[in-house]
Amino acid sequence: MRSPREPLFLARQSYRRRRIEDAARLLPLLGVVLFLLPLMVGGVIGSVRVAFVFSSWFFLILSAMTLARYLGRDTGQRPIGSQSKPIAPSDDPTGPL
Amino acid sequence: MLTFNTLVGVCLLYVIMLFVVAFVADKRARRSKVRFLTSPMIYTLSLSVYCTAWTFYGAVGNAARSGLEYVTIYLGPTLVMIGWWWFLRKLVRVGRSQRVTSIADLVSSRYGKSNLLGVLVTLIAVIGTTPYIALQLQSVTLSFAVFARDRSAGWIIPDLEQTAIWVAGGLALFTILFGTRNLDVNERHHGVVTAIAVEAVVKLVALLAVGIFVVWGIGGGPQGIAAAMEQAIQAAPEGAWTLQGGRWVGLTFLSAAAFLTLPRMFQVLVVENVDERQLATASWAFPLYLFLMSLFVIPIAVVGLAILPKGENPDLFVLTLPLYFEQDGLAMLSFLGGFSSATSMVIVASIALATMVSNHIIMPIWLSTRLGAGASEYRDARQILLSARRLSIVGILALGYFYYRISGGGSALAAIGLISFAGVAQVLPAMAGGLFWRGASRSGAVAGLITGFAIWAYTLFLPSFGEAGVMSASVLAHGPWGIEALRPQALFGVNGLDPVVHALFWSLVLNCVVFVLISLLSFPSPLERLQAAQFVNVLDHSGPARGRSFNAATSEDLLVMAQQVMGSDQAQAWFQAQAEQQGKQGYLPDTTPDFIGRLERELSGLVGTATAHAMIAQILGGAAVSVDDLLAVADETQQMLEQTSQLEAKQLELTTTARQLSEVNEKLTQLSIQKDAFLSQISHELRTPMTSIRAFSEILRDGGASDPAAAARHASIIHDESVRLTRLLDDLLDLSVLENGQVQLYPRHEVLHEVLDRAIAATSSVIDQEKMHIHRNRSDEGVALYTDTDRLAQVFINLISNAAKYCDAKGKRLAIRVRQRGGRLQVDFVDNGSGVPFESQSMIFEKFSRLSDQAAAGGAGLGLAICREIMDKLDGSITYLPGQSGGAFRVTLPVGSHSPFGRTWPSDINHL
Repeated sequence: MRSPREPLFLARQSYRRRRIEDAARLLPLLGVVLFLLPLMVGGVIGSVRVAFVFSSWFFLILSAMTLARYLGRDTGQRPIGSQSKPIAPSDDPTGPL
Repeated sequence: MLTFNTLVGVCLLYVIMLFVVAFVADKRARRSKVRFLTSPMIYTLSLSVYCTAWTFYGAVGNAARSGLEYVTIYLGPTLVMIGWWWFLRKLVRVGRSQRVTSIADLVSSRYGKSNLLGVLVTLIAVIGTTPYIALQLQSVTLSFAVFARDRSAGWIIPDLEQTAIWVAGGLALFTILFGTRNLDVNERHHGVVTAIAVEAVVKLVALLAVGIFVVWGIGGGPQGIAAAMEQAIQAAPEGAWTLQGGRWVGLTFLSAAAFLTLPRMFQVLVVENVDERQLATASWAFPLYLFLMSLFVIPIAVVGLAILPKGENPDLFVLTLPLYFEQDGLAMLSFLGGFSSATSMVIVASIALATMVSNHIIMPIWLSTRLGAGASEYRDARQILLSARRLSIVGILALGYFYYRISGGGSALAAIGLISFAGVAQVLPAMAGGLFWRGASRSGAVAGLITGFAIWAYTLFLPSFGEAGVMSASVLAHGPWGIEALRPQALFGVNGLDPVVHALFWSLVLNCVVFVLISLLSFPSPLERLQAAQFVNVLDHSGPARGRSFNAATSEDLLVMAQQVMGSDQAQAWFQAQAEQQGKQGYLPDTTPDFIGRLERELSGLVGTATAHAMIAQILGGAAVSVDDLLAVADETQQMLEQTSQLEAKQLELTTTARQLSEVNEKLTQLSIQKDAFLSQISHELRTPMTSIRAFSEILRDGGASDPAAAARHASIIHDESVRLTRLLDDLLDLSVLENGQVQLYPRHEVLHEVLDRAIAATSSVIDQEKMHIHRNRSDEGVALYTDTDRLAQVFINLISNAAKYCDAKGKRLAIRVRQRGGRLQVDFVDNGSGVPFESQSMIFEKFSRLSDQAAAGGAGLGLAICREIMDKLDGSITYLPGQSGGAFRVTLPVGSHSPFGRTWPSDINHL
C-alpha cells in the first residue's frame, strides 16, 4: 500500500539516497556472483583461488561498510531498551490479556 | 608446564569473570544506563554465537579434510548480512513492532497467532538444536581431554565423561541466573549479551593469536604457507581439494538459511536488537568478524598436517599445535577460545529454546488447566512463567547431555552440525513467505513445515544414526519394502548428490511447493489477513519509531492527550489533583505506574478500556499498537456506533410522529373554523326566508290584508319562501349525504345526448324566461356512458340554469362542446357573459359562495358545491375554465374501460 501522494520525481538528495538503497539491495547479488566464480574453473584449488575468495570477500565487506555509513544515518534510533513494563505472559496467544 | 589442575583453575576464573561481567551489565541495564550495552559493537559481537566450538575447532579439521569448503559456512551469513537492507531490516522491524520473543512466536504471530505453528516450530527447533548442544559438550570434553592426557605416555586421549556433566551443570546455572533473571516484554538480556560479547572477543583473539603464531612463528610467512598448502594438496586424497559445485552452493545457501532460522541466531539478531543503527554497523562488522575467524584456518590446517604426527585429530589442531611447540600460554588462550565458543552457543540456544518451550508449550497447557479461574489467579502467572523457563533450560541441557552420552560422542556427532542446520532451515519458507507474501496462509505454513520436517528426518536425520540406528542397512540401500524410489539418500532415484545437499534440496523444494500450493488454495482468517498486512507492509507505515523514556515530557504528552479526550479544564484539574497527591506543584505528576493505572481507568470510562490502553501504551512505550488492541478498539467502537444508530432511528421516528400530529392538529383547527363558518352561514340562510314567512303570516293572522288580492299575494310569498326553504334543506341534505359518502349510485347505460336533452328539458322554463340560445353539436354527443346519469343530469341542469341566471350579456348564448381526450370525456359549458373574475375562481365551488346578490333565482349557493361532490363520486371532476369568451365550466368524466363501473358497454355503439 504505497501512499498515493508519493512524488514521481525526487530532489537530488533523496534521489541519491534511493540509489544507495538500490546498491545495498544489489550488493548481495554481486556477492553471489563473486562466490560462484571459483566454480567456473575446474580442477584442484590452488592458492590463487583461495586468495581470490578472500579478497572478494574483503571487497564486499568494504563496500557494505561504505553503504552502511550512508544508510545507517537516517535510520538512527534511540534505544528503547529501558521499558520496565511487567507484562509476563502477554506474548502468549492464550495469555490473560 | 601446564597441568590439568591449572587449566581447571583458569577455566573457573574465566567463568567467574563472565559472571561478574553479566552481573554488572544487568545492573547497569536496570538503572537504564544502556548506552554502552546497546552499542552496535556489542550487538555485532553477540552475533558471534554463530561461531560455535564446531566452527572454532571443526573449521580447521574441515579444511584439513576438504580444503576451501569450510568457508561456505561463513559465506552464507556474509551474504545475508551485507544484504540486510533487503531482508534483515524488515525482519528486525517486524520483530520490534510485534514484540516478537522467538522465531516460533514470529511465525505463530504472522499466521494469526496460531499456537499450532508455535508448537511446530518449537519442536523443530528443539529436535534440531539438542544434538548441537551435545556437540558443544563433546568439544569441551575433548579439549579438556587434550590437556589431561599424559604427554609422556604418548598421544592417547583419556576418557573424561565426568567433564561433560560438570560443564552442562555449570552452563545451566549460568543460563538460569542471567537468562531468567527478569521477564522483559522484549525478552532482552543485557547481562547475557554482554558476557557473550566478551566471549566473542576471546575466541577471535585466540584464533588470531594461534594463526599469527602458525604463519609467522613456525610456518615461515605467507610464502611458507603457500608452499605447505601445495604440499598438502599433493598429499591429500584424490578430489579432496576439488571444489564440488553442489556442496559449495548448497552449503552456502544452507548456512545463510540457518543463520536466519537458528533459534539462537534469531535471539541475538532480532530479539536482542534495539535499533537499526546496530544492524547497519553489523552489516559490515559481522562479515569482517567471520572473515578474520576464517583467515588463518587454512594455514593452521596445512601446517598442522605437515608438522604434527599422522593420526592426530585435525579437529584439535588449534590446541595441539601450540602444545606441540610448548607454547602453554597460547594453548591456554586457544582452549579458552574454544570454551567460549561452546558456552556462548549453549547459553543463548537454551535461553531461546526455553522461551519457546515455556511460551508455546508449557504456558498454554497451564492456562488450559486454569480455564475459568478468576483474574486473581493470574497473579502468580509471572512466577509460573519463570519456573517454566528455568525448568525448560534444565530440561534442554539434560536432553543435550543424554544425547551426547547415547550417541557416544563419536564422529557421528561431528556431522550433526550441518544436519541441524538443515532441520531448522525448514522454517525459512514460512518465515520469508510470511514477510514478503501476503497470500501466505496458516494452513500452507503448517503443511509446508510438516512436509519439510518429515523429509528432513527421513533423508538426513534418521540415517545419521548409522545402520545401527533407527534405519536398517537394507532400508538405506534398497528403500523401505524394497521400493528403490524411496531410498532415504536417493529419493526418487536422484542418487548423484551428496547426502546433505540431497536432503536439503528435496526437503526445501517440497516444503516450498506444499506451502505455496496450500496457501494459494486456502482462505485465511481475518486476524491472519490483518497480521499479513502488518508484516508485509511493516516498512511502509512503521517508520523508524522514536523511543521515549519516562520523564516530564511524557507526562506532558499524557496531559495533551487527556485534554483532547476529557476536555481541557477537567483534564487539567485532574492532573493537578494527581500532582498534589504526589506532593508536587503544577500540572505534571510523575508517571508512576500507579498514576498511569488511574489515568487509564479515568480514560477508559470515556473511550473504552482497549482504546485507553492503546492510547497510553503508544505514548509511554512508543510501542506499536498490536492487532489485538485494534480489534478490541474496533469492537468497542462498533458497539457505540450501534447504540448511536439506534438512538438516531428513534429520534427520526419521533420527529415524524410529531410532524404528523401537528399536521392533524392544523387540519382539525381548519375543520373547526369551517364548521363554525358553515353553521353561521346556514343559520343566516335559514333565517332570511323564516323572517319573511313569519312577517307575512303575522299580517294574515292579524287580518292586516283586508282585500283578497293582497291576502293571496301574501300567501304566495309565504309559499315561495317555504319552497325556497325546503329546497335549501333538500340541498343541505343532499350535500351532507354526498360528503359523508353514503350516497347510493345507480349506474346505467345511456348516451350522452339523451342526458343533455333531459337536462335542457328540465331547465326549459328558466331558458325561455331568460331567452337564452343553446348551441350544441349533436354529432359529437353520441358517446355511450355507463354511469349514474341522473346525477350527471343534475350537474348539467345546475350548470345550464346557472348560465341562464348569471349570464350578463344582452343576447344570452350557451355553447355545449363535447370531446374525448385519452379515455376521458370533456363537456364544456361556455356562455357569452363576462365570466367569473379571477380572484373568485377558487371560491365558486365552496358552499354558500355567491358572486352577486342576484338572489332572485333563489339559489342558496350550494349548487356548485353539490356538483363538485357528485363529480368526485362519479370519478370525474368539474373545473372552471378560464380564458374563454365568457364564463366556462368543464365537466370531465371517464368513459369506456376507464369508467369506474367497468367496461360492459360494447364499443361499436360508441358512435350512434
